[in-house]
Amino acid sequence: MKNTLLNLVWSVRNVFQRLKEKLHLNFNLPPWVKALIYLSPALLLLSLFTFYPIVNAFRLVIYTGYQLVRDVDGVLRESITGYTLIGNFVKVLSADNFILPSSHTTSSILLNTLAIVFISVPISILLSLFVAATLNSIKPLKSFFQTIYFLPYITNTLAIGLVFAYMFKSGDTGLVNQFFRIFGIEPVSWIERGATYWRAMAVLIAFGVWDGMAFKIMVFMSGMQGIDQQYYQAAAIDATPKRRVFTRITVPMISPMIFYIVVTSVIGAFKTYSSVVAIFGDTATPDGANYNLKTIVFHIYDYIYSGEDISLAAAASIILFAIILALTLVQMYIGKKRVHY
Amino acid sequence: MEIRLENLSKIFVDKTGKETRAVDQMDLVIPSGKLVGLLGPSGCGKTTTLFMIAGLHKPTSGKIFFGDEDVTKLSSDKRGIGLVFQNYALYPHMTVRQNIMFPLENLKIEREEAVQRVIEMAQLVGIEDQLDKKPGQLSGGQQQRVAIARALVKKPKVLLLDEPLSNLDARLRLQTREEIKRIQKETGITTVFVTHDQEEAMSISDEIVVMNFGVTQQKDIPQKVYTNPHNLFVAKFLGNPPINVIRGEVKDNKLYINGILFADKKAPDGSYEVGLRPEDFRIDKIGLKVEHPEVDIIGRDTMIRFNIGDTQIRALVDSESYHESNEIILTVRGNKIHLFNIESGDVVR
Repeated sequence: MKNTLLNLVWSVRNVFQRLKEKLHLNFNLPPWVKALIYLSPALLLLSLFTFYPIVNAFRLVIYTGYQLVRDVDGVLRESITGYTLIGNFVKVLSADNFILPSSHTTSSILLNTLAIVFISVPISILLSLFVAATLNSIKPLKSFFQTIYFLPYITNTLAIGLVFAYMFKSGDTGLVNQFFRIFGIEPVSWIERGATYWRAMAVLIAFGVWDGMAFKIMVFMSGMQGIDQQYYQAAAIDATPKRRVFTRITVPMISPMIFYIVVTSVIGAFKTYSSVVAIFGDTATPDGANYNLKTIVFHIYDYIYSGEDISLAAAASIILFAIILALTLVQMYIGKKRVHY
Repeated sequence: MEIRLENLSKIFVDKTGKETRAVDQMDLVIPSGKLVGLLGPSGCGKTTTLFMIAGLHKPTSGKIFFGDEDVTKLSSDKRGIGLVFQNYALYPHMTVRQNIMFPLENLKIEREEAVQRVIEMAQLVGIEDQLDKKPGQLSGGQQQRVAIARALVKKPKVLLLDEPLSNLDARLRLQTREEIKRIQKETGITTVFVTHDQEEAMSISDEIVVMNFGVTQQKDIPQKVYTNPHNLFVAKFLGNPPINVIRGEVKDNKLYINGILFADKKAPDGSYEVGLRPEDFRIDKIGLKVEHPEVDIIGRDTMIRFNIGDTQIRALVDSESYHESNEIILTVRGNKIHLFNIESGDVVR
């Protein structure tokens, strides 16, 4: 049975081979042209949904008073009132509570975003390293635990957000409050009326950490599994304590993975948006709070949906892009010295 | 430090519950200050034995003594050993200096002393000018030296080497094996190394231990093992080109091969496996008549190949004693003829 199948595959391949010879289908294209042909479907989609919007953002940002107007004959037409080089950037940066908190709120969009990036990324990376190292050193039920830790990765962000919102309910109904009660800590409001800024932020950060851990753990674990056992045996003969084995051998050996994870999670954290919506809704504000938890991407969506000048959304995107680019370059520079390939 | 293995066994059990006896009730004494080679084919248990001495494998049964101390239960870090792995296991992200210093980081010594010791070790193995390079920038031979320096920097009582030359090319191998011998002599450290290469073992060891199927076959100084193999396995394993083995018969203290009188040999009557080392053949006036042999003259030596029955025999004789002819008479002196019991393979004297 298996043999007849293999024979069939073989003869089909022969048929194609002969067909190719008969039709003289040997184009002898240079390799890069072949590569381009194979890449073309992906390139087409990328240019439509990634490259074109990027170029468009740089175009929109120099307009003032940009509007899409429907003509009498029903055709959409762009109308602008003029051009500006940095006007839109200035507008975005000087907007209320973009960089610093203003009079009517105690939070700012940039600080919100930076808090998420610089708190959740280190925590989630350190936690993932710890979990990966632990998982790697247990033998029974290893794949079971691997599956469990991987579940968040395939779960919808909004669904996790709803669960988080439920867990952090105020009063005695919330799981987290019930848990703290065991230690005699009074229930508090996390995400509802009466929640303080840092409590709400803590929930958001916890979400970011949890959501990102699955992928990080998986990458770190595969990295650790690739380390030759002999390094550990050599370290064991030298009576190296576990902690030093981890910091001096394991971490440097998987530094390329750690570097990759740092770069991608910093970028990911800067783009935080759906978790804010999932937990705090589209106002990004707990009831009655004098702050909000809007991120830069949230702010961009605000510009788009409020019907305000779309050039401002473009400007905000470019500002985000610039921040991420600068930070990534810094990381690359540091990585050159610290990452061992 | 004398190493003594008593009744040592290691049984590996795989997932299906199948047992593999890697080392089987092995008794061995490795004398203090000697360089001893564990020699055997792949899967004979030599590396397992080494790793048990190192404490990386736990013996299934039996005991290991370092001097008078029973170290069977001690973990590897408490045994005071240095181990050089087959592929060196140098930390690729550290410089040579950091690699050699790494074992010292866990000792309670002053940093200055550690720095000093690293330099001493580097000088001993001859890599003092490479200290700030990464292992990846070094040649295989240099990496090997770094690995030895790292193993020795803690001043262990025992140095263990796992296939130390297998990753080196032929020229480096020759150089490195002399180097290992020199380092061992200079430090006087009890050294055990594992190899499957008989030439390597013979050339540098003070004593060799031939192993097969997890059992010691023979242990002695190399030349004695070579000239007096205890059994057919040892005889076949040592020597290049390998020993010729052919069925023969002894009657009235005369050895007959294929019904032809071959030589005088004092032994009880009966059938034997006869072992003849190629280089023990001599061209003589009386002996085995060989017609139309295949002859390769390789400089100093001449290789003569011929068949007795279905068995091809190789004889290595001095080129000066060979004169081209269609008929050569070959002989082997009686004391160079090895007789082995057909069933057990043990030598018969």
